[in-house]
Amino acid sequence: MAEALRFHYEVDGDNFTSAGAASVEVKRKLRQLGFDAELIRRVSIAMYEGEINMVVHARGGSADVYVDKDCVTIILADRGPGIPDIDLAMQEGYSTAPDNIRALGFGAGMGLPNMKRYTDEMKIETVLKQGTTVTMKVYINHTKQTEKGTSEEGK
Amino acid sequence: MKIREIATLLGADVLCGESQLDEEVQSACGSDMMSDVLAFVKDQGVLVTGLVNPQVIRTAMMMDMHCVVFVRSKRPTPEMLELAKEHHIAVLASCSRMYEACGKLYASGLGNEACANG
Ligand SMILES: Nc1ncnc2c1ncn2[C@@H]1O[C@H](COP(=O)(O)OP(=O)(O)OP(=O)(O)O)[C@@H](O)[C@H]1O
Ligand SMILES: [Mg+2]
Repeated sequence: MAEALRFHYEVDGDNFTSAGAASVEVKRKLRQLGFDAELIRRVSIAMYEGEINMVVHARGGSADVYVDKDCVTIILADRGPGIPDIDLAMQEGYSTAPDNIRALGFGAGMGLPNMKRYTDEMKIETVLKQGTTVTMKVYINHTKQTEKGTSEEGK
Repeated sequence: MKIREIATLLGADVLCGESQLDEEVQSACGSDMMSDVLAFVKDQGVLVTGLVNPQVIRTAMMMDMHCVVFVRSKRPTPEMLELAKEHHIAVLASCSRMYEACGKLYASGLGNEACANG
């Protein structure tokens, strides 16, 4: 793979039913490219959480995924309300999701911590009333040894 | 445990994935919160849930799960079944409640391994 592969998706903010479709598509593409199951799972879970966040909290946005030799980069950009306090938003259990979202099975305040846990790098850029861009990287060769830690933390 | 045995134990209807009934699964997780499933589950073959919307199927897909069991007589939409078929996820529907369904599976040897919220 000399050149990076790039996939671009528009994420519809008005349609909870279709939320996650881009992540499913990326999962399929990565499988076709022959990546191992663990890497695919980490990329697709992180992207899925981010995609759901854009639909639930920011009325949609765009998703770009780059695959190059060393890593998969996921960039999720929206023009939503922005995140007033990133440290707070990163805490497990912190959520501003309304009841109707909870009734749909989301709003546990686990999305952003999950995204951090499943990726090797994560950066959040946000401007109030203008939007949020989340950039995540998962390394292809030397993957982070998070999994053991994850199961412990989950207790 | 085979998916077929899960169906029998829970008196569940098989809504899709008949050809997968002999697949072995090692563990299961019960939750109505999808982000908890995404957070704590690792290598769980089965998701037991009372929540019905397409994100349940997508969550199972993201976790590489083989089977979703809907409890409390919940019925998925045809659209959800299409999604499940496309991704080789067997879908079962039982009238058991969550507690009962999980209890029966657990007692029959289907563990929860790394699942914190089972
Ligand atoms: N793209 C975004 N735009 C604006 N606010 C966001 C965005 N993503 C997250 N947030 C804010 O950060 C909070 C925490 O996000 P996180 O994904 O961890 O939890 P959640 O989405 O509320 O619940 P869960 O992800 O468990 O379903 C959200 O409740 C919301 O207030
Ligand atoms: Mg979230």
